[in-house]
Amino acid sequence: MKSKAKLIERVVHGIFLILGLFTVAAVLLISVYLIISGIPAIKEIGLFEFLFGDKWTPTGEDIQFGILPFILTSVYGTAGAILIGTPIGFFTAVYLSKMANSKVKGVVSSAVSMLAGIPSVVYGLVGMLVLVPAVRKLFNIPDGASLFSAIIVLSVMVLPSIIKVSLTALEAVPKEYEEGSLALGATPIETYFKVSVPAAKSGIAAAVVLGVGRAVGEAMAVIMVSGNVANMPGLFESVRFLTTAVSSEMAYAADGSLHRQALFSIALVLFLFIMLINAVLNFFLKKNKEG
Amino acid sequence: MKKRNIIGRITALCLASLMLVMAMAGCTGEEKKVATDGSTSMEKVIGALGEAFESENSTVTFTYNPTGSGTGITAVSEGRCDIGLSSRALKDEETAKGLKGTILAYDGIAVIVNNENPVEDLTIETIAKIYTGEITNWKDAGGNNAEIVLIGREANSGTRDGFESVVGVEDECKYRQELTATGDVISAVAGNPNAIGYASVASVKETVKTLKVQGVTPNETTIKDGSYKIQRPFVLVTKEDVKLSDTAQAFFDFCLSEDAKAIITNAGVVPAN
Repeated sequence: MKSKAKLIERVVHGIFLILGLFTVAAVLLISVYLIISGIPAIKEIGLFEFLFGDKWTPTGEDIQFGILPFILTSVYGTAGAILIGTPIGFFTAVYLSKMANSKVKGVVSSAVSMLAGIPSVVYGLVGMLVLVPAVRKLFNIPDGASLFSAIIVLSVMVLPSIIKVSLTALEAVPKEYEEGSLALGATPIETYFKVSVPAAKSGIAAAVVLGVGRAVGEAMAVIMVSGNVANMPGLFESVRFLTTAVSSEMAYAADGSLHRQALFSIALVLFLFIMLINAVLNFFLKKNKEG
Repeated sequence: MKKRNIIGRITALCLASLMLVMAMAGCTGEEKKVATDGSTSMEKVIGALGEAFESENSTVTFTYNPTGSGTGITAVSEGRCDIGLSSRALKDEETAKGLKGTILAYDGIAVIVNNENPVEDLTIETIAKIYTGEITNWKDAGGNNAEIVLIGREANSGTRDGFESVVGVEDECKYRQELTATGDVISAVAGNPNAIGYASVASVKETVKTLKVQGVTPNETTIKDGSYKIQRPFVLVTKEDVKLSDTAQAFFDFCLSEDAKAIITNAGVVPAN
């Protein structure tokens, strides 16, 4: 009887192990595939020309594959979105965790959850039909599809991850810290910003990094508002991100051509970016656990 | 023990019949094949025709190799495919080599602007100047004093390729937006009073204004008789002196039949006959 129970235990253990390995296998498969298909074009074009070339002209007579415009656009776009999204998200999280009454908190929290659930194509569509014309009129420029519009869309999209993760970190701060601070005569606001926030700082940092990851990887929403031309980035210029560079030309790039291989190389660069961001995220999360 | 036996037998039977079916399909499939090769712009129309032909003749396999007009023409002259696909008329030296072009359809590309734009009519030269950035203000093209916003498609797109080659502005366009779908181009133009874009004639709706080109409005008649200039033929290329296989001939005839007209129209181009 006992051995039978043990057997079941083992079988179940095995099943879970296989399911767990499935994820690992998927990650490995994608990584290996990306590296194998991304390397040839970089070899042919030359790493320096590929990463620092400022012209992307995959067709025509003067063919050049330089992805510096895409890299800079992704960096600027993400930085802009974080610059706008972090203060809003951070203060919302502080407010929700410490000050809001339960009714307000309920409403805002569910709004945040809903924001996280909206498909990115919807963000793009609303951006294209509402934001882009509004930006054009507001700034009196010929066309609103620009880096600026993309930053606005991205900063809304990163809000849910920033708010949710910061909120969790702030709520995990032991009550005793705050009570001690209040007992020593600090006002509530002083307590929140001088005690609770520093105690939760690595969690909040993790929230920001998660937001960065979300912004760097977004394609569908930005393709519809950024204009998608391979220019060097400028705030009101039409720009193309790393993600959209891959997705917009993949459909038509001929099989086996250098153009298609170069698109895989862009994906590889993007993949390395995301890996880096994940490493930073893990660093903060570990720090958060330790203290 | 007995049960297992039955299962075993059923499995064996299934396997055997499956192999038989595969073998039969293999035998007949070898002969009943239509191979096409060429223009990427024709992907939609030839794909739709191929699918319809396959569903009518279940034993036929249809293949399409999207390589480009030039490659498709070479492929048919070297006998690597049954029918070559070209999105331009054959050149004299190509017909001299014994190739025959049969026009399947015409692809008309409409030049569109916002409904608020007073411009009605442009010449090809003006359109070329606008797209290469020589004219940047609508007042130089008969419109308001406002900067022109150029909307186009991504590199390698069939519509972009068609538009740029007919207007003569290949790889010289100073786009403000490069969008990945016809619908996106139309919405972008509808959303910006100073925008100009291009899209397949069949997909344009009232949300934007279709310009006349050299005084001609694009429609089925003007595209067919050639008076509307921004258009190109979709050509089926065959060899003059070599007879097509029965299946390929059947597909060829099907493409030019009455039944195919609706399919061709659905794919957004104007049937030739």
